[in-house]
Parts: sequence; C-alpha cells; structure tokens
Amino acid sequence: MKLTLKIWRQKDAKSAGKFVTYALDNISPNCSFLEMLDILNEQLIEKNDDPVVFDHDCREGICGMCSLYINGRPHGPDDAVTACQLHMRKFHDGDTIVIEPWRARPFPVIRDLMVDRSAFDKIIQEGGYVSVNTGGAAEANNILVGKENSELAMDAAACIGCGACVAACKNGSAMLFVSAKVSQFALLPQGQVEAKQRVKKMVRMMDELGFGNCTNTYACEAECPKLISRSNIARMNREFLCAKVS
Amino acid sequence: MAELNSKTPKGPLSSKWTQYKDHQNLVNPSNKRKLDIIIVGTGLAGSAAAASLGEMGFNVKIFCYQDSPRRAHSIAAQGGINAAKNYPNDGDSIYRLFYDTIKGGDYRAREANVYRLAEVSNNIIDQCVAQGVPFAREYGGSLENRSFGGAQVSRTFFARGQTGQQLLLGSYGALSRQIKLGTVKLYDRHEMMDVVIVDGKARGIIARDLITGKLERHFGHAVVVATGGYGNVFYLSTNAMGSNTSAIWQIFKKGAYFANPCFTQIHPTCIPVHGDYQSKLTLMSESLRNDGRIWVPKKKADAEAHRNGKLKANDIPEDDRDYFLERRYPAFGNLVPRDVASRAAKERCDAGFGVGPTGLAVFLDFRESIGRLGKHVIEERYGNLFQMYEKIVDENPYVNPMMIYPAVHYTMGGTWVDYELQTTVTGLFAAGEANFSDHGANRLGASALMQGLADGYFVLPYTIQNYLAGEIRVARMSTDKAEFADAEKAVQTRLDKLMSIKGTRSVDHFHKELGKIMWENVGMGRTEAGLKKAIDLIRKLRAEFWKDVKIPGTLYEVNTELEKANRVADFLELGELLAFDALNRNESCGGHFREEYQTDEGECKRNDEDYKYVAAWEYKGEGDFILHKEPLVYEEIEVKQRVYK
Ligand SMILES: Cc1cc2nc3c(=O)[nH]c(=O)nc-3n(C[C@H](O)[C@H](O)[C@H](O)COP(=O)(O)OP(=O)(O)OC[C@H]3O[C@@H](n4cnc5c(N)ncnc54)[C@H](O)[C@@H]3O)c2cc1C
Ligand code: SF4
Ligand code: FES
Repeated sequence: MKLTLKIWRQKDAKSAGKFVTYALDNISPNCSFLEMLDILNEQLIEKNDDPVVFDHDCREGICGMCSLYINGRPHGPDDAVTACQLHMRKFHDGDTIVIEPWRARPFPVIRDLMVDRSAFDKIIQEGGYVSVNTGGAAEANNILVGKENSELAMDAAACIGCGACVAACKNGSAMLFVSAKVSQFALLPQGQVEAKQRVKKMVRMMDELGFGNCTNTYACEAECPKLISRSNIARMNREFLCAKVS
Repeated sequence: MAELNSKTPKGPLSSKWTQYKDHQNLVNPSNKRKLDIIIVGTGLAGSAAAASLGEMGFNVKIFCYQDSPRRAHSIAAQGGINAAKNYPNDGDSIYRLFYDTIKGGDYRAREANVYRLAEVSNNIIDQCVAQGVPFAREYGGSLENRSFGGAQVSRTFFARGQTGQQLLLGSYGALSRQIKLGTVKLYDRHEMMDVVIVDGKARGIIARDLITGKLERHFGHAVVVATGGYGNVFYLSTNAMGSNTSAIWQIFKKGAYFANPCFTQIHPTCIPVHGDYQSKLTLMSESLRNDGRIWVPKKKADAEAHRNGKLKANDIPEDDRDYFLERRYPAFGNLVPRDVASRAAKERCDAGFGVGPTGLAVFLDFRESIGRLGKHVIEERYGNLFQMYEKIVDENPYVNPMMIYPAVHYTMGGTWVDYELQTTVTGLFAAGEANFSDHGANRLGASALMQGLADGYFVLPYTIQNYLAGEIRVARMSTDKAEFADAEKAVQTRLDKLMSIKGTRSVDHFHKELGKIMWENVGMGRTEAGLKKAIDLIRKLRAEFWKDVKIPGTLYEVNTELEKANRVADFLELGELLAFDALNRNESCGGHFREEYQTDEGECKRNDEDYKYVAAWEYKGEGDFILHKEPLVYEEIEVKQRVYK
C-alpha cells in the first residue's frame, strides 16, 4: 500500500506544533497501525530526522497507552479496538491519513503524539478503590455477588483508561471514564460503604482538573475501544444525586 | 565456587512460614515513618508491595517507565490466577498446589518458597475480592473456577480474559489510595538506570526522567526491584514493547547474582509470526485449551495443501486429524504443561505437518465444544480473545479453527533471591517475575499472577522488615554523597557514549538481529554447537552495536530511541549469559531443552545427579561470569520423572 501521512509534530509542551506530511510505500495490509509508524520511524532515522513520538506498550489493546487520533476518530476507523489493534487492511491504497494527539485541556501534549494523562490517575486517587488494607480480608466466598451484577461490574471495569472518550467529546468530558469506575463499585457489595464519598470526590476532582461537562452527545461511547456503555453515566448521575441529597 | 545460603527456616515444611513470621524482627510504628523504601515497578508485585508497605506506615517511592502505574505489563495477563481454595470440591489442597507447581517446574524450584506460595494463595483471593475485583461468578453468587495446564483440579480464578487487568487495577487502586494519603510517592515516566550501594548496602537508585532526560538521585533504606521479565531478549515475544532487563542487569553488575537465566518459557498458543515488520506476538490464553483441541493433519499432503491455500481446515475429515497432545498424553491431553505442548507442536511442524502459509502453525479448534456447549458459552468464556484473534488474523475463529504457534512468553530465571526475597546485595530485594524464585524450569499457567501478588502483598512486606529492623538508626542520607555522585556519573558516561556513536544502524536493527540469534540457537531446541555459535554471534553483534548504532536527538528531551538503545545494550549482554547458562546445563528440564539430552520418545532427560541446583551467576566483567550453586534439597517431595501420559 502507498500512503500519505499528515502527522502532528510538536517538539515539546511549550513549542507550537504543526502538521508534517510524509509519504510511505510498500506497506502490507496485515501490518498493524503502530507497525506502520515503526516503518516510518525507521525511514526518518535513516534520514537523520527525529522519529515520531507516540505512546504505546502492550500492543494488544489492554494497557491503554496508545492514544492516536486518526482521521478524526480516537483509535481510528475500526470499532471497538485501540490504535495498536488497528490493521492497515482497514485503509485503502493511496489513502491520506491524518494523525493527531488526543486534544483536551487536561491532557497537555508532551511531544508529537504523546500526551500527559496523569489527570486520570488523580481522579482514581480520590476514590477509585475500596479502602481495605492488606491482610485480614474475610473468606472470599462470604461475599456473594449475583452473576448479573458481577457481569455488569466487569463490563464497567474493562475500561483501560486510554482517554479516547475525552478526546472524542467536544466538551472534553471524562464522564465515561469516571462513571465506569463508579459503576463497578456501585454494582458490588464491596463498594457500598464508601459509595457516597467516592462519587462526590471523584466528580469534584474531575471538575477541578478542567474536564468539561457532559451534554449527552455520547461520542465517548461511540469511540470507546472497550465498549463502555453510556448507562454507566446514568448510573453515576443517580449515585451523585443520591449522595448530594443525603 | 561458593555454595549459596537460601536462609530457608528450619522445621517442617508446612510450618516454616508461620515460624518465620513468629520470630522475625518487626519495626515499630514510629520508626516506620523514618524509613524510606524504593520500589521499582508498578506491576502486581511492585504495586501490591508499595500499597502494603505504605499502609504499614513506611515512606515509599515507586517508579515505572509508563505514564501510569496501571499500565505495567501485568495488565495483559489473560487467563487466571491459581489458588488452593478447593471450591469445586475436586480434592485440591495447599499441598497439591505446592506439589503441582514443583512438578510443573521439573524439580528445579526451592521447596520452601513454593510451599509458602501455595499457602498464601488463598489470602490473595480473599484480598482481591475485598478490593472489588470482579472475578467470574456462579449463578449462586460464589466464585467460579476453570482448569489450567499441569493440574487435574480446577483451581484457576478469572475475570473473563482480563484477569491480569482486574488484579492490577485492584492493586493500582490500593496504591492510588496510598498516594493520596501521602505514604507513597509516584514517579511515572522514570526509568531506573542503576542502584547505589553505600558500605555494601543498597541505598538508592539513579533514575532518568523520561520527559526531561535529567538524571535524578533517590535515597532509600532498602531498594526493591519488581521490573518484570526479560523475554524481549528474543525481540519478538508476548511482552510489552518496553519490557526490559535493564534494572536486573544493572543490579547484576553491582553484585546481585542472576539465577537460571536459561529457564525461559515458550508458550504454545500464540498467534504465528506473519511478517518481518512484526513488532510483537500476541498470546491466546492457555485457558482456551480447556475447550479447544489442538491438531494437525495426519497426512502430509493435507498439511501441504493447507499451506498452499488449496485446502480448508474444516474440509479435513475427522479421521484425518491428529490430535497429537491427546494421542501422546492421554492423562492430561490438551492441558499438558506449556513446555510439553510447545515442543510437541514444534515436533509436528518440523516433521512436515505444520499448517498455514509459513507451515509454522497448528490448529486450535473449538468446533466440538461449540457443538457441545453452544456458541454463546464459548463467547461468554473467551469472547475478548476471539475478538482479538479476528482483528489480527482477519478470520473468524468461531467458524475456522485458530492457528497458533509457540512464542517466547515468560522468564522463570531472574535475580537470585533467598527465602526473604533478598538478593546477594544486602538491602536489595527482588519480587515478581524479576526474581527467579518459584517456578523452577517451567512455570505452570496462572501461577505468575499468584507469585507476583504473593510477593507483593504477603511476603515482601514481612521479610523486608526483618532487614529494616536493623536499619532504624540509619538516618536518611544526603544524595550529595560520593556514592550517589559516582553512580550518576557512570550512568551519564554510558548515555554520553551511546549518543556519541552516531553510527548508521537503528536500534531496532540490532534488537531484531539479536532476536534472530536467540530464537534460532537459544530457543525451543538448544545444542552445544548452536549455543557456542550464539555466544560468538552475540559478541560480534554487541561490538558492532557500540560502534554503529544510530540514535537521533539529544539526551535532554523525550528520546524514545535512546530509551530503546539503553535497553538493547543490556539485552546484548544478557543474551550471552543466557546462552552461557544453557551451555552449562547439560540436561533437559522444563523449558530448557538440550537436544542432546532427550528420551527415545523425545521427552526431557533430566540429570538430577549433576544439575539439581540453581545456577546463580556472578558478574566479573563483560562476558565474564562465575557460577555459584544452590543445591536443591527435596525433603517433602520425591523427585521423579515428570509424566503427563
Ligand atoms: C500476554 C501475557 C499473558 C499472561 N497471562 C498470565 C495468566 O493468565 N496468568 C498468570 O499467572 N500469568 C500470566 N502472565 C505472566 C504474568 O502476567 C507476569 O509474569 C506478571 O504479571 C509479572 O508481574 P510483575 O509485577 O513481576 O511485572 P510487570 O507487571 O511486568 O511490571 C513491571 C514494572 O516494572 C517497571 N519497569 C520495568 N523496567 C523498569 C526500569 N528499568 N525502570 C523503571 N521501571 C521499570 C514497569 O514500568 C512496570 O511497572 C502473562 C504474561 C503475558 C505477557
Ligand atoms: S471509558 Fe473507554 S474510552 Fe474512556 S478511558 Fe475507558 S476505555 Fe478509554
Ligand atoms: S499499546 Fe497497549 S492498548 Fe495500545
């Protein structure tokens, strides 16, 4: 395959960025999107250019590290996959592909396509856990969880913290990410004791960090590589209201 | 050659750990605040240890190279975690889990460590459930189990095909809570470059901030390395792109012995290699072998027709299929341990029965189980794996059987540690896949997650106190000390050197070359001649690397090529040690298969007389290693030939 790539290049957080165009030839359709970028980088190094910086690690859709905005969609044109799971067979010979970083105020660009997502860690630190110390946990089967709720909790817990939902949202809202964590614990008996505090603190931190409001457009759900459902947002809103009135 | 002391406590096997805890030294609460602990790695081992030690009141600093602790490669573990709960009432017990793990490791692991592992396995499940880890459940609400290789009981707990993710998010949650409380300080996007030793004790590390490129000095009364496995020495593996040996290689150079480097695990069920641009291999979880049957055509002509695209798997009649694992190992069938399954697949492919375009693949077929259980059951059990397969291969595995081939997956070898997880450097500890401790020559499925969390939650937080209790009078040291300055300078010199080469070949070029040498000569079948050749080739490649590697950019910016170069430089040394160790071990055991040592049926021929020991290597200089032996004494278990027939 022959491709034209338009890639966002930005030296560091302070510098201005711009699109740079590259031509690439002889790409196998079985190549993954990141392997295609590897090939580009090999060629750039050959020419004494700086390779394109992008985040990646597991390359199998689970670590949440890769974060490319491809042709106007977070993680690119395929549904329910991360950029590292995207294959070139989803494109056509001769295509022009535009690659940008996540763009959202709380995710500043570090370099090229690499952004700072530590805001997500800060939200989790507010309450994305059950406060239980190591040791002294009760026998596991003393806590029974109905299969239905346990499956729903697992659906929510599948979030990989990639930030595509924020990048997809015109308001830069983190509601899908936060609601996924809140929902996981709202659905489980272990999460009940701290339920009210958890949702209040996590939402407050989300607002403080500058994530936008949710205006129910659900671009987040459409772009989430793990199919996290918008019903989690509704559940979180209920939890939040409950926590506020009581 | 000195014998190593494992410091295994005296007394009967089943009470050693209790005895140890009853008598060990503890640190009182007011002193805990005065003690700093550095933990490198936020995988299961590192994050669990940091959270637990933070909860106890120690000051912890934790490091990872990714942008968040939640991205450590533990996140990628799919299949499950073992424990001896015996919920299915199929006769499981702590002893049986211990026994299976020792046998699975082909009698090359330390009895006392493995027993302790089995003992705390049940606490891990309790702990994780209390944290809200969404394990699979039965309709009645209790926990569900599945089977894994090397066991005849069902003892594996799982969260769909994302068990590692859910366990890691549990320990990441616990870690995040401590970060909020201020007991743990997080340094993400930081790479450990070296350990600092003061008066014979580990007292800190030199780390590189991967954003600014600046070197930093960090003090700790003790240092824990939990940096995962070194499988990427083979270039292609199921590990993450950033997985490395650098941390354990640097401590090796500072005196921490490296044990059993040649014990590497080749996992039987991975998606086959398809092109030379390929950057990594994807695992298809062992759990699939619960319901999938592995086969190749019985007739060479059929295999060849499949390779040429002239025959479809589904068109090969039942009678013409060779379910070679069921045929060779009727007692365990498709659930034989990984080393056995991998070699059997390689044997069939080498004999000309391999399928797929390259001939390096066998089928993993779900037709029978889909017929028996229905597609929805298979989908519920393995949906995400099937999806992953389809995305990569572009074929529907519900209809056509999967094609799989063995790939490098896990490293049993690692930093040598004693019973307390302390290395041969005082005050320096190693946990998780980074150490060598519990899996002998072959790791059974679902036991790495168990070991990582056992080390992190239940072992290290105790044993490290036994050391720290003696350090309460040591005041925090200034990092202006000469030892810190010298260590930083050495790192700086190395980085300057890398940057100054300005050669003609990219880092990936060298990494791929190394990978080829390793896979061909130090992979599934090893021979004396091949290993000698590998050592020679690696030396040449290393010399070339230091003359000709090309790293663009500068030191003080985000420089991903420099990060890679630094890691590959260490792999180029480790590869040699790995081959060295494989050459020394004139026997076949577990994942280490020396073609000269096999039975008539092609099984491993162990040599207990001469090699029933842990090979712990000491670094003397580049390519200069000295062997120390830790003899393995089996008091509880009778050492036998491993039979899965
Ligand atoms: C695809 C896959 C599937 C698996 N499935 C299973 C399974 O089903 N069951 C099972 O029991 N086991 C499984 N395993 C094995 C198991 O996941 C790992 O052995 C285990 O998770 C390792 O945990 P760890 O904490 O030791 O290291 P890791 O999780 O690898 O963490 C390493 C940490 O060290 C940090 N680090 C590394 N080097 C440096 C450095 N130089 N400086 C600073 N930080 C550094 C990293 O940032 C990371 O935080 C699987 C492994 C793979 C690859
Ligand atoms: S909700 Fe989806 S898109 Fe958002 S962080 Fe989680 S996995 Fe990524
Ligand atoms: S690299 Fe891990 S999800 Fe893409």
